[in-house]
Amino acid sequence: MHKYLPHTEADIKAMLDAIGVERIEDLFAEIPDSLKDFEMDLPKAHSEMELRKHFRELAKMNQPLIPFAGAGAYDHYTPSIIPYLIERQEFLTAYTPYQPEVSQGTLQYVFEYQTMITELTGMDVSNASMYDGATATAEAMFLAQATRKKNRVLVSATLNPYVRDVIDTYAHAKGIEVVTLPEVDGASDFSALEGSLDDDTAALIVQSPNVYGVIEELEGVKETLKQKKALLVVNQDPSTLAYLKPPADHGADIVVGDAQPLGIPLYFGGPYIGYMAATKKLMRKMPGRICGATEDTDGRRAFVLTLQAREQHIRRDKATSNICSNQSLMALFVTIYLSLMGVKGLKDVQKTSYNHAHYLYENLKGLKQFEAPFERPFFKEFTLRTTLDAEKMNQALKEKGYLGPFAHGTYDASKADLVTFAVTEKRTKEEMDELIRILGAL
Amino acid sequence: MKVPKNLYYTDTHEWVKVDGDKALIGITDFAQNELGEIVFVELPEESDPVEKGEEFSAVESTKAASEIMSPVSGVIVEVNNELEEAPELLNEDPYKYWIVKIELEDESELETLKDADAYQKLIEE
Repeated sequence: MHKYLPHTEADIKAMLDAIGVERIEDLFAEIPDSLKDFEMDLPKAHSEMELRKHFRELAKMNQPLIPFAGAGAYDHYTPSIIPYLIERQEFLTAYTPYQPEVSQGTLQYVFEYQTMITELTGMDVSNASMYDGATATAEAMFLAQATRKKNRVLVSATLNPYVRDVIDTYAHAKGIEVVTLPEVDGASDFSALEGSLDDDTAALIVQSPNVYGVIEELEGVKETLKQKKALLVVNQDPSTLAYLKPPADHGADIVVGDAQPLGIPLYFGGPYIGYMAATKKLMRKMPGRICGATEDTDGRRAFVLTLQAREQHIRRDKATSNICSNQSLMALFVTIYLSLMGVKGLKDVQKTSYNHAHYLYENLKGLKQFEAPFERPFFKEFTLRTTLDAEKMNQALKEKGYLGPFAHGTYDASKADLVTFAVTEKRTKEEMDELIRILGAL
Repeated sequence: MKVPKNLYYTDTHEWVKVDGDKALIGITDFAQNELGEIVFVELPEESDPVEKGEEFSAVESTKAASEIMSPVSGVIVEVNNELEEAPELLNEDPYKYWIVKIELEDESELETLKDADAYQKLIEE
Protein backbone atom coordinates (compact mmCIF):
# COMPACT_ATOMS: atom_id res chain seq x y z
CA MET A 1 0.00 0.00 0.00
CA HIS A 2 1.25 3.48 -0.90
CA LYS A 3 1.05 6.08 1.86
CA TYR A 4 -1.13 8.43 -0.20
CA LEU A 5 -3.34 5.68 -1.71
CA PRO A 6 -5.40 4.12 1.04
CA HIS A 7 -6.57 0.97 -0.78
CA THR A 8 -5.00 -2.40 -0.03
CA GLU A 9 -4.58 -5.08 -2.67
CA ALA A 10 -7.56 -6.83 -1.09
CA ASP A 11 -9.67 -3.64 -1.33
CA ILE A 12 -8.81 -3.26 -4.98
CA LYS A 13 -9.57 -6.89 -5.75
CA ALA A 14 -12.95 -6.64 -3.98
CA MET A 15 -13.87 -3.58 -6.04
CA LEU A 16 -12.74 -5.15 -9.32
CA ASP A 17 -14.72 -8.30 -8.53
CA ALA A 18 -17.82 -6.25 -7.75
CA ILE A 19 -17.82 -4.61 -11.17
CA GLY A 20 -16.65 -7.73 -12.95
CA VAL A 21 -13.24 -6.82 -14.37
CA GLU A 22 -9.96 -8.54 -13.75
CA ARG A 23 -7.36 -5.82 -13.71
CA ILE A 24 -7.34 -2.04 -13.24
CA GLU A 25 -5.97 -1.70 -16.78
CA ASP A 26 -9.25 -3.18 -18.07
CA LEU A 27 -11.03 -0.02 -16.93
CA PHE A 28 -9.04 1.89 -19.53
CA ALA A 29 -9.63 -0.52 -22.41
CA GLU A 30 -11.47 2.21 -24.35
CA ILE A 31 -8.30 4.27 -24.67
CA PRO A 32 -6.25 3.27 -27.71
CA ASP A 33 -2.91 1.62 -26.89
CA SER A 34 -1.06 4.22 -28.97
CA LEU A 35 -2.11 6.86 -26.43
CA LYS A 36 -1.08 4.74 -23.49
CA ASP A 37 2.32 3.85 -24.83
CA PHE A 38 4.56 6.51 -23.36
CA GLU A 39 6.93 6.87 -20.47
CA MET A 40 6.79 9.71 -18.03
CA ASP A 41 10.18 11.12 -17.23
CA LEU A 42 9.60 11.71 -13.54
CA PRO A 43 12.29 12.14 -10.93
CA LYS A 44 12.33 9.67 -8.06
CA ALA A 45 10.00 10.28 -5.13
CA HIS A 46 11.46 12.68 -2.55
CA SER A 47 11.50 12.47 1.20
CA GLU A 48 10.13 15.44 3.13
CA MET A 49 13.64 16.64 3.85
CA GLU A 50 14.64 16.44 0.20
CA LEU A 51 11.47 18.24 -0.85
CA ARG A 52 12.05 21.10 1.56
CA LYS A 53 15.61 21.48 0.27
CA HIS A 54 14.36 21.41 -3.32
CA PHE A 55 11.81 24.16 -2.70
CA ARG A 56 14.30 26.26 -0.74
CA GLU A 57 16.55 26.19 -3.76
CA LEU A 58 13.69 27.09 -6.08
CA ALA A 59 12.79 30.01 -3.76
CA LYS A 60 16.36 31.28 -4.01
CA MET A 61 15.77 31.83 -7.73
CA ASN A 62 13.23 34.56 -6.90
CA GLN A 63 14.66 37.99 -7.34
CA PRO A 64 12.88 40.44 -5.01
CA LEU A 65 12.29 43.66 -6.91
CA ILE A 66 11.03 47.07 -5.85
CA PRO A 67 7.94 47.53 -8.02
CA PHE A 68 7.07 50.64 -10.00
CA ALA A 69 4.59 48.72 -12.14
CA GLY A 70 0.86 48.51 -11.53
CA ALA A 71 -1.60 47.95 -14.38
CA GLY A 72 -4.10 46.26 -12.10
CA ALA A 73 -2.02 45.05 -9.15
CA TYR A 74 -0.57 47.46 -6.59
CA ASP A 75 2.07 47.12 -3.91
CA HIS A 76 0.28 48.47 -0.85
CA TYR A 77 1.29 47.66 2.70
CA THR A 78 -0.33 44.66 4.40
CA PRO A 79 -0.67 45.12 8.17
CA SER A 80 0.70 41.98 9.81
CA ILE A 81 -2.47 41.32 11.79
CA ILE A 82 -4.31 40.36 8.57
CA PRO A 83 -2.31 37.26 7.59
CA TYR A 84 -2.30 36.28 11.26
CA LEU A 85 -6.09 36.44 11.48
CA ILE A 86 -6.99 34.89 8.13
CA GLU A 87 -4.63 31.99 8.78
CA ARG A 88 -6.74 30.87 11.71
CA GLN A 89 -7.86 27.41 10.72
CA GLU A 90 -11.56 28.26 11.12
CA PHE A 91 -11.10 30.61 8.16
CA LEU A 92 -8.20 29.14 6.22
CA THR A 93 -9.26 25.53 5.86
CA ALA A 94 -13.03 25.80 6.10
CA TYR A 95 -15.06 24.94 3.06
CA THR A 96 -18.58 26.34 2.77
CA PRO A 97 -20.87 23.69 4.18
CA TYR A 98 -23.86 22.76 2.04
CA GLN A 99 -26.05 24.25 4.73
CA PRO A 100 -24.25 27.61 4.68
CA GLU A 101 -26.28 29.06 7.55
CA VAL A 102 -24.39 26.74 9.89
CA SER A 103 -21.39 29.05 9.36
CA GLN A 104 -22.77 32.25 10.85
CA GLY A 105 -19.28 33.69 11.26
CA THR A 106 -18.46 33.28 7.57
CA LEU A 107 -21.77 34.76 6.51
CA GLN A 108 -21.30 37.67 8.88
CA TYR A 109 -17.92 38.70 7.50
CA VAL A 110 -19.21 38.34 3.96
CA PHE A 111 -22.14 40.57 4.94
CA GLU A 112 -19.70 43.13 6.38
CA TYR A 113 -17.58 42.90 3.22
CA GLN A 114 -20.64 43.61 1.06
CA THR A 115 -21.52 46.59 3.25
CA MET A 116 -18.02 48.05 2.83
CA ILE A 117 -18.09 47.58 -0.95
CA THR A 118 -21.43 49.37 -1.19
CA GLU A 119 -20.10 52.19 0.99
CA LEU A 120 -17.05 52.63 -1.25
CA THR A 121 -18.90 52.42 -4.57
CA GLY A 122 -22.12 54.10 -3.47
CA MET A 123 -24.12 51.28 -5.05
CA ASP A 124 -27.20 49.62 -3.54
CA VAL A 125 -25.96 46.03 -3.39
CA SER A 126 -22.72 44.06 -3.56
CA ASN A 127 -22.39 40.34 -4.06
CA ALA A 128 -20.23 38.12 -1.86
CA SER A 129 -17.23 38.67 -4.22
CA MET A 130 -15.94 37.03 -7.39
CA TYR A 131 -12.74 35.35 -8.54
CA ASP A 132 -10.86 38.42 -9.79
CA GLY A 133 -11.33 41.79 -11.41
CA ALA A 134 -11.18 40.51 -14.97
CA THR A 135 -13.82 37.79 -14.59
CA ALA A 136 -15.98 40.16 -12.53
CA THR A 137 -15.92 42.58 -15.47
CA ALA A 138 -16.86 39.83 -17.90
CA GLU A 139 -19.68 38.77 -15.56
CA ALA A 140 -20.88 42.40 -15.54
CA MET A 141 -21.11 42.15 -19.33
CA PHE A 142 -23.30 39.03 -18.94
CA LEU A 143 -25.47 40.82 -16.41
CA ALA A 144 -25.97 43.74 -18.79
CA GLN A 145 -26.73 41.38 -21.67
CA ALA A 146 -29.27 39.42 -19.63
CA THR A 147 -30.98 42.54 -18.34
CA ARG A 148 -31.18 44.42 -21.62
CA LYS A 149 -31.55 41.29 -23.77
CA LYS A 150 -29.07 42.89 -26.19
CA ASN A 151 -26.01 41.24 -27.67
CA ARG A 152 -23.64 44.13 -28.27
CA VAL A 153 -21.29 45.67 -25.73
CA LEU A 154 -19.11 48.77 -26.05
CA VAL A 155 -15.73 48.58 -24.34
CA SER A 156 -13.50 51.59 -23.96
CA ALA A 157 -10.06 51.32 -25.58
CA THR A 158 -8.57 52.45 -22.27
CA LEU A 159 -9.62 49.30 -20.44
CA ASN A 160 -6.72 47.17 -19.20
CA PRO A 161 -5.85 44.90 -22.19
CA TYR A 162 -5.75 41.79 -20.02
CA VAL A 163 -9.25 42.46 -18.73
CA ARG A 164 -10.28 43.03 -22.32
CA ASP A 165 -8.86 39.61 -23.26
CA VAL A 166 -11.05 37.94 -20.65
CA ILE A 167 -14.09 39.91 -21.86
CA ASP A 168 -13.41 38.78 -25.43
CA THR A 169 -13.14 35.16 -24.31
CA TYR A 170 -16.41 35.29 -22.37
CA ALA A 171 -18.17 37.20 -25.16
CA HIS A 172 -17.11 34.67 -27.77
CA ALA A 173 -18.77 31.84 -25.84
CA LYS A 174 -22.07 33.72 -25.58
CA GLY A 175 -22.09 35.27 -29.04
CA ILE A 176 -21.78 38.83 -27.74
CA GLU A 177 -20.34 41.40 -30.12
CA VAL A 178 -17.65 43.50 -28.42
CA VAL A 179 -17.05 46.90 -30.00
CA THR A 180 -14.24 49.26 -28.99
CA LEU A 181 -15.00 52.84 -28.05
CA PRO A 182 -11.92 54.77 -29.26
CA GLU A 183 -9.52 56.70 -27.04
CA VAL A 184 -8.15 60.19 -27.40
CA ASP A 185 -5.21 61.64 -25.43
CA GLY A 186 -5.17 58.83 -22.90
CA ALA A 187 -8.89 58.78 -22.13
CA SER A 188 -12.08 57.36 -23.60
CA ASP A 189 -13.36 59.43 -26.51
CA PHE A 190 -16.87 60.05 -25.22
CA SER A 191 -17.58 62.39 -28.13
CA ALA A 192 -17.75 59.19 -30.19
CA LEU A 193 -20.16 57.55 -27.76
CA GLU A 194 -23.44 58.66 -29.26
CA GLY A 195 -22.36 57.50 -32.71
CA SER A 196 -21.16 54.15 -31.35
CA LEU A 197 -24.44 53.31 -29.63
CA ASP A 198 -27.24 51.52 -31.35
CA ASP A 199 -30.49 49.78 -30.39
CA ASP A 200 -28.63 46.51 -29.79
CA THR A 201 -26.12 47.95 -27.32
CA ALA A 202 -26.49 46.51 -23.82
CA ALA A 203 -23.76 48.47 -22.05
CA LEU A 204 -20.60 50.54 -22.06
CA ILE A 205 -17.69 49.18 -20.04
CA VAL A 206 -15.19 51.81 -18.96
CA GLN A 207 -12.29 51.73 -16.51
CA SER A 208 -11.32 54.60 -14.21
CA PRO A 209 -8.55 55.29 -13.46
CA ASN A 210 -7.86 53.68 -16.81
CA VAL A 211 -4.93 51.64 -18.13
CA TYR A 212 -2.88 54.86 -18.45
CA GLY A 213 -3.73 55.79 -14.87
CA VAL A 214 -5.94 58.61 -16.13
CA ILE A 215 -9.13 59.43 -14.23
CA GLU A 216 -11.93 59.21 -16.80
CA GLU A 217 -14.37 62.09 -16.96
CA LEU A 218 -17.66 60.25 -16.62
CA GLU A 219 -19.91 63.31 -16.30
CA GLY A 220 -22.71 63.12 -18.84
CA VAL A 221 -21.84 59.62 -20.06
CA LYS A 222 -24.88 58.07 -18.42
CA GLU A 223 -27.20 60.61 -20.07
CA THR A 224 -25.91 59.62 -23.51
CA LEU A 225 -26.25 55.91 -22.70
CA LYS A 226 -29.81 56.45 -21.48
CA GLN A 227 -30.91 57.42 -24.98
CA LYS A 228 -30.45 53.76 -25.93
CA LYS A 229 -31.12 52.38 -22.45
CA ALA A 230 -27.59 51.01 -22.36
CA LEU A 231 -26.10 50.34 -18.93
CA LEU A 232 -22.96 51.99 -17.56
CA VAL A 233 -20.42 49.48 -16.24
CA VAL A 234 -17.47 51.00 -14.39
CA ASN A 235 -14.32 49.03 -13.62
CA GLN A 236 -12.52 50.78 -10.79
CA ASP A 237 -9.69 50.11 -8.37
CA PRO A 238 -11.73 50.40 -5.14
CA SER A 239 -8.84 51.91 -3.17
CA THR A 240 -9.05 55.04 -5.33
CA LEU A 241 -12.58 55.53 -4.04
CA ALA A 242 -11.04 56.85 -0.84
CA TYR A 243 -10.92 60.12 -2.77
CA LEU A 244 -12.59 59.78 -6.15
CA LYS A 245 -16.30 60.30 -6.68
CA PRO A 246 -18.17 56.99 -6.28
CA PRO A 247 -19.31 55.50 -9.59
CA ALA A 248 -22.90 55.61 -8.30
CA ASP A 249 -22.70 59.41 -8.56
CA HIS A 250 -21.99 59.03 -12.27
CA GLY A 251 -25.08 56.85 -12.64
CA ALA A 252 -23.22 53.55 -12.87
CA ASP A 253 -25.48 50.51 -13.07
CA ILE A 254 -22.72 47.99 -12.30
CA VAL A 255 -19.37 48.61 -10.64
CA VAL A 256 -16.66 45.96 -10.76
CA GLY A 257 -12.94 45.61 -10.30
CA ASP A 258 -10.18 43.88 -8.47
CA ALA A 259 -10.04 44.54 -4.75
CA GLN A 260 -6.38 43.45 -4.53
CA PRO A 261 -5.29 47.08 -3.89
CA LEU A 262 -7.13 46.89 -0.55
CA GLY A 263 -4.05 45.51 1.14
CA ILE A 264 -3.69 42.13 -0.55
CA PRO A 265 0.00 41.45 -1.31
CA LEU A 266 1.10 41.05 -4.91
CA TYR A 267 2.06 37.44 -4.16
CA PHE A 268 2.77 35.91 -7.58
CA GLY A 269 -0.38 37.19 -9.27
CA GLY A 270 -3.00 35.81 -6.91
CA PRO A 271 -5.19 34.94 -5.18
CA TYR A 272 -6.83 38.31 -5.75
CA ILE A 273 -10.51 39.12 -5.45
CA GLY A 274 -13.08 40.52 -7.83
CA TYR A 275 -15.88 42.68 -6.51
CA MET A 276 -19.24 43.49 -8.05
CA ALA A 277 -21.82 46.03 -6.94
CA ALA A 278 -25.00 47.08 -8.72
CA THR A 279 -28.22 49.01 -8.48
CA LYS A 280 -31.15 47.50 -6.62
CA LYS A 281 -32.87 47.05 -9.95
CA LEU A 282 -30.24 44.53 -11.06
CA MET A 283 -30.07 42.72 -7.72
CA ARG A 284 -32.08 39.69 -8.81
CA LYS A 285 -29.98 39.09 -11.89
CA MET A 286 -26.63 39.67 -10.24
CA PRO A 287 -24.35 36.63 -10.46
CA GLY A 288 -22.88 34.91 -7.44
CA ARG A 289 -24.18 34.95 -3.96
CA ILE A 290 -25.42 37.60 -1.57
CA CYS A 291 -25.45 37.33 2.20
CA GLY A 292 -28.39 38.94 3.90
CA ALA A 293 -29.12 39.84 7.50
CA THR A 294 -32.33 38.67 9.09
CA GLU A 295 -33.69 37.39 12.40
CA ASP A 296 -33.97 33.82 13.56
CA THR A 297 -37.07 32.37 15.22
CA ASP A 298 -35.92 33.76 18.57
CA GLY A 299 -35.55 37.26 17.16
CA ARG A 300 -31.73 37.21 17.17
CA ARG A 301 -29.74 38.78 14.34
CA ALA A 302 -28.75 36.07 11.86
CA PHE A 303 -27.21 35.84 8.41
CA VAL A 304 -28.38 33.85 5.39
CA LEU A 305 -27.50 33.33 1.77
CA THR A 306 -30.19 35.11 -0.16
CA LEU A 307 -31.45 35.84 -3.67
CA GLN A 308 -29.64 32.89 -5.18
CA ALA A 309 -32.50 30.42 -5.48
CA ARG A 310 -33.91 31.45 -8.77
CA GLU A 311 -30.76 31.77 -10.82
CA GLN A 312 -28.75 28.98 -9.39
CA HIS A 313 -31.22 26.34 -8.32
CA ILE A 314 -34.63 26.64 -9.93
CA ARG A 315 -33.86 28.15 -13.30
CA ARG A 316 -30.25 27.29 -13.96
CA ASP A 317 -30.70 27.40 -17.71
CA LYS A 318 -32.01 30.96 -17.47
CA ALA A 319 -29.26 32.10 -15.12
CA THR A 320 -27.09 35.11 -15.89
CA SER A 321 -24.16 33.09 -14.62
CA ASN A 322 -23.62 29.78 -12.93
CA ILE A 323 -20.92 31.03 -10.62
CA CYS A 324 -21.85 29.43 -7.29
CA SER A 325 -18.82 30.45 -5.32
CA ASN A 326 -16.93 33.49 -4.16
CA GLN A 327 -13.43 34.45 -3.07
CA SER A 328 -14.27 34.14 0.59
CA LEU A 329 -10.87 34.17 2.26
CA MET A 330 -9.80 37.23 0.27
CA ALA A 331 -13.14 38.88 1.10
CA LEU A 332 -12.21 38.38 4.73
CA PHE A 333 -8.76 39.85 3.97
CA VAL A 334 -10.30 42.98 2.47
CA THR A 335 -12.82 43.28 5.29
CA ILE A 336 -10.10 43.17 7.94
CA TYR A 337 -7.98 45.63 5.94
CA LEU A 338 -10.79 48.16 5.64
CA SER A 339 -11.76 47.68 9.29
CA LEU A 340 -8.19 48.31 10.42
CA MET A 341 -7.69 51.29 8.15
CA GLY A 342 -11.00 52.97 8.65
CA VAL A 343 -11.86 55.98 6.54
CA LYS A 344 -8.88 57.96 7.80
CA GLY A 345 -6.33 55.19 7.29
CA LEU A 346 -7.53 54.43 3.78
CA LYS A 347 -7.40 58.11 2.89
CA ASP A 348 -3.90 58.43 4.38
CA VAL A 349 -2.58 55.48 2.36
CA GLN A 350 -4.12 56.74 -0.86
CA LYS A 351 -3.08 60.34 -0.30
CA THR A 352 0.52 59.25 0.27
CA SER A 353 0.37 57.10 -2.87
CA TYR A 354 -1.04 60.06 -4.79
CA ASN A 355 1.65 62.40 -3.54
CA HIS A 356 4.45 59.91 -4.28
CA ALA A 357 3.13 59.31 -7.80
CA HIS A 358 2.97 63.02 -8.49
CA TYR A 359 6.49 63.56 -7.13
CA LEU A 360 7.86 60.88 -9.42
CA TYR A 361 5.86 62.19 -12.37
CA GLU A 362 7.18 65.74 -12.01
CA ASN A 363 10.77 64.52 -11.74
CA LEU A 364 10.70 61.98 -14.57
CA LYS A 365 8.95 64.46 -16.86
CA GLY A 366 11.96 66.73 -16.36
CA LEU A 367 14.36 64.12 -17.77
CA LYS A 368 15.24 64.30 -21.44
CA GLN A 369 14.29 60.61 -21.86
CA PHE A 370 10.65 61.25 -20.91
CA GLU A 371 7.76 63.52 -21.74
CA ALA A 372 4.09 63.68 -20.80
CA PRO A 373 2.01 62.34 -23.73
CA PHE A 374 -1.13 64.02 -22.37
CA GLU A 375 -2.10 66.35 -19.56
CA ARG A 376 -4.79 64.49 -17.66
CA PRO A 377 -5.54 64.06 -13.96
CA PHE A 378 -4.20 60.82 -12.52
CA PHE A 379 -4.19 59.10 -9.14
CA LYS A 380 -1.27 56.81 -8.25
CA GLU A 381 -0.34 55.69 -11.73
CA PHE A 382 0.80 57.77 -14.70
CA THR A 383 1.95 57.34 -18.27
CA LEU A 384 5.01 58.84 -19.94
CA ARG A 385 6.36 58.71 -23.46
CA THR A 386 9.97 57.61 -23.56
CA THR A 387 12.77 57.81 -26.08
CA LEU A 388 14.26 54.69 -24.47
CA ASP A 389 13.61 51.16 -25.63
CA ALA A 390 11.08 50.03 -23.00
CA GLU A 391 12.28 46.44 -22.91
CA LYS A 392 15.94 47.41 -22.49
CA MET A 393 15.00 50.02 -19.92
CA ASN A 394 13.12 47.46 -17.83
CA GLN A 395 15.99 44.99 -18.16
CA ALA A 396 18.42 47.63 -16.87
CA LEU A 397 16.06 48.44 -13.98
CA LYS A 398 15.73 44.78 -13.13
CA GLU A 399 19.48 44.46 -12.85
CA LYS A 400 19.40 47.30 -10.31
CA GLY A 401 16.61 45.63 -8.31
CA TYR A 402 13.61 47.54 -9.68
CA LEU A 403 10.51 46.31 -11.46
CA GLY A 404 10.10 48.91 -14.18
CA PRO A 405 6.90 50.47 -15.52
CA PHE A 406 4.18 48.65 -17.45
CA ALA A 407 5.19 48.82 -21.13
CA HIS A 408 2.22 49.32 -23.47
CA GLY A 409 4.23 47.84 -26.32
CA THR A 410 3.71 44.43 -24.73
CA TYR A 411 0.16 44.34 -26.10
CA ASP A 412 0.15 47.00 -28.83
CA ALA A 413 3.23 47.69 -30.98
CA SER A 414 1.89 51.14 -31.87
CA LYS A 415 2.20 52.09 -28.19
CA ALA A 416 5.81 50.91 -27.80
CA ASP A 417 6.95 54.32 -26.50
CA LEU A 418 4.36 54.51 -23.70
CA VAL A 419 5.15 53.29 -20.18
CA THR A 420 3.01 53.50 -17.05
CA PHE A 421 4.50 53.87 -13.57
CA ALA A 422 2.58 53.00 -10.42
CA VAL A 423 3.60 54.36 -7.03
CA THR A 424 2.21 53.45 -3.65
CA GLU A 425 2.75 54.60 -0.07
CA LYS A 426 5.43 51.91 0.22
CA ARG A 427 7.85 53.59 -2.17
CA THR A 428 10.24 55.80 -0.25
CA LYS A 429 11.71 59.06 -1.46
CA GLU A 430 15.09 57.31 -1.59
CA GLU A 431 13.72 54.58 -3.86
CA MET A 432 12.09 57.14 -6.16
CA ASP A 433 15.20 59.31 -6.29
CA GLU A 434 17.31 56.26 -7.08
CA LEU A 435 14.90 55.30 -9.88
CA ILE A 436 15.09 58.84 -11.28
CA ARG A 437 18.90 58.69 -11.13
CA ILE A 438 19.09 55.31 -12.89
CA LEU A 439 16.65 56.33 -15.62
CA GLY A 440 18.39 59.68 -16.11
CA ALA A 441 21.65 57.86 -16.75
CA LEU A 442 20.23 55.51 -19.41
CA MET B 1 -61.05 29.20 -9.60
CA LYS B 2 -62.18 32.47 -11.17
CA VAL B 3 -62.20 32.80 -14.97
CA PRO B 4 -63.86 36.11 -15.95
CA LYS B 5 -65.82 36.03 -19.20
CA ASN B 6 -64.58 39.29 -20.78
CA LEU B 7 -60.91 38.25 -21.07
CA TYR B 8 -58.72 36.30 -23.48
CA TYR B 9 -56.47 33.54 -22.14
CA THR B 10 -53.29 31.65 -23.10
CA ASP B 11 -52.27 28.03 -22.58
CA THR B 12 -49.49 29.37 -20.34
CA HIS B 13 -51.99 31.03 -17.96
CA GLU B 14 -51.79 34.70 -18.87
CA TRP B 15 -54.91 36.80 -19.38
CA VAL B 16 -55.47 39.65 -21.84
CA LYS B 17 -57.94 42.47 -21.39
CA VAL B 18 -58.45 44.52 -24.54
CA ASP B 19 -59.02 48.24 -24.21
CA GLY B 20 -59.17 49.92 -27.63
CA ASP B 21 -55.80 49.37 -29.34
CA LYS B 22 -54.15 48.49 -26.04
CA ALA B 23 -54.21 45.36 -23.93
CA LEU B 24 -53.58 44.71 -20.25
CA ILE B 25 -51.69 41.49 -19.47
CA GLY B 26 -51.71 39.60 -16.19
CA ILE B 27 -51.62 36.09 -14.77
CA THR B 28 -54.71 34.02 -14.04
CA ASP B 29 -56.18 32.97 -10.73
CA PHE B 30 -55.11 29.43 -11.58
CA ALA B 31 -51.51 30.61 -12.17
CA GLN B 32 -51.25 32.52 -8.87
CA ASN B 33 -52.77 29.60 -7.01
CA GLU B 34 -50.26 27.15 -8.52
CA LEU B 35 -47.32 29.45 -7.80
CA GLY B 36 -48.27 30.13 -4.19
CA GLU B 37 -47.00 33.15 -2.28
CA ILE B 38 -45.50 35.51 -4.87
CA VAL B 39 -42.39 37.32 -3.65
CA PHE B 40 -41.05 39.04 -6.74
CA VAL B 41 -42.18 40.19 -10.15
CA GLU B 42 -39.46 40.98 -12.68
CA LEU B 43 -40.78 43.88 -14.70
CA PRO B 44 -39.74 44.83 -18.24
CA GLU B 45 -39.04 48.41 -19.31
CA GLU B 46 -41.51 50.75 -20.88
CA SER B 47 -41.22 51.17 -24.67
CA ASP B 48 -39.57 47.74 -25.03
CA PRO B 49 -41.02 45.81 -27.97
CA VAL B 50 -42.37 42.27 -27.38
CA GLU B 51 -43.27 39.42 -29.69
CA LYS B 52 -46.16 37.06 -29.15
CA GLY B 53 -44.84 34.09 -27.17
CA GLU B 54 -41.75 35.96 -25.99
CA GLU B 55 -40.81 35.94 -22.32
CA PHE B 56 -41.14 39.49 -21.01
CA SER B 57 -41.39 39.04 -17.28
CA ALA B 58 -40.89 36.47 -14.55
CA VAL B 59 -42.80 35.82 -11.39
CA GLU B 60 -41.05 34.27 -8.44
CA SER B 61 -42.85 32.62 -5.55
CA THR B 62 -41.62 30.87 -2.44
CA LYS B 63 -41.77 27.57 -4.29
CA ALA B 64 -41.14 28.31 -7.98
CA ALA B 65 -40.14 30.83 -10.59
CA SER B 66 -42.08 31.11 -13.78
CA GLU B 67 -41.66 33.07 -17.00
CA ILE B 68 -44.49 35.20 -18.29
CA MET B 69 -44.95 34.99 -22.05
CA SER B 70 -46.54 37.77 -24.00
CA PRO B 71 -49.88 36.65 -25.47
CA VAL B 72 -49.64 39.35 -28.16
CA SER B 73 -47.06 41.36 -30.10
CA GLY B 74 -46.59 45.08 -29.64
CA VAL B 75 -44.83 47.69 -27.56
CA ILE B 76 -44.97 47.88 -23.77
CA VAL B 77 -46.51 51.28 -23.06
CA GLU B 78 -46.97 50.93 -19.33
CA VAL B 79 -45.57 48.77 -16.53
CA ASN B 80 -47.40 48.23 -13.25
CA ASN B 81 -44.68 49.49 -10.92
CA GLU B 82 -46.89 48.80 -7.90
CA LEU B 83 -45.80 45.16 -8.19
CA GLU B 84 -42.19 46.07 -7.53
CA GLU B 85 -42.88 46.83 -3.88
CA ALA B 86 -45.99 44.67 -3.49
CA PRO B 87 -45.72 41.51 -5.62
CA GLU B 88 -48.29 39.77 -3.39
CA LEU B 89 -51.01 41.85 -5.09
CA LEU B 90 -50.98 39.20 -7.83
CA ASN B 91 -52.13 36.69 -5.21
CA GLU B 92 -54.74 39.01 -3.75
CA ASP B 93 -56.53 39.89 -6.96
CA PRO B 94 -54.87 38.53 -10.12
CA TYR B 95 -57.46 40.09 -12.44
CA LYS B 96 -57.30 43.57 -10.91
CA TYR B 97 -53.51 43.81 -10.91
CA TRP B 98 -52.10 43.66 -14.42
CA ILE B 99 -48.37 43.44 -15.16
CA VAL B 100 -47.99 45.42 -18.39
CA LYS B 101 -50.04 47.38 -20.87
CA ILE B 102 -49.17 46.63 -24.49
CA GLU B 103 -50.02 48.61 -27.57
CA LEU B 104 -51.31 45.96 -29.98
CA GLU B 105 -49.46 45.52 -33.22
CA ASP B 106 -51.86 43.03 -34.80
CA GLU B 107 -55.35 42.67 -33.37
CA SER B 108 -55.93 39.46 -35.31
CA GLU B 109 -53.51 37.75 -32.89
CA LEU B 110 -56.31 37.89 -30.32
CA GLU B 111 -58.21 35.29 -32.34
CA THR B 112 -55.48 32.75 -31.59
CA LEU B 113 -56.15 33.09 -27.85
CA LYS B 114 -58.64 31.11 -25.76
CA ASP B 115 -61.95 32.47 -24.49
CA ALA B 116 -63.09 31.93 -20.92
CA ASP B 117 -64.90 28.66 -21.65
CA ALA B 118 -61.96 27.12 -23.48
CA TYR B 119 -59.59 28.22 -20.71
CA GLN B 120 -61.91 26.85 -18.04
CA LYS B 121 -61.78 23.52 -19.81
CA LEU B 122 -57.98 23.66 -20.00
CA ILE B 123 -57.52 24.14 -16.26
CA GLU B 124 -60.06 21.45 -15.42
CA GLU B 125 -58.09 18.88 -17.36
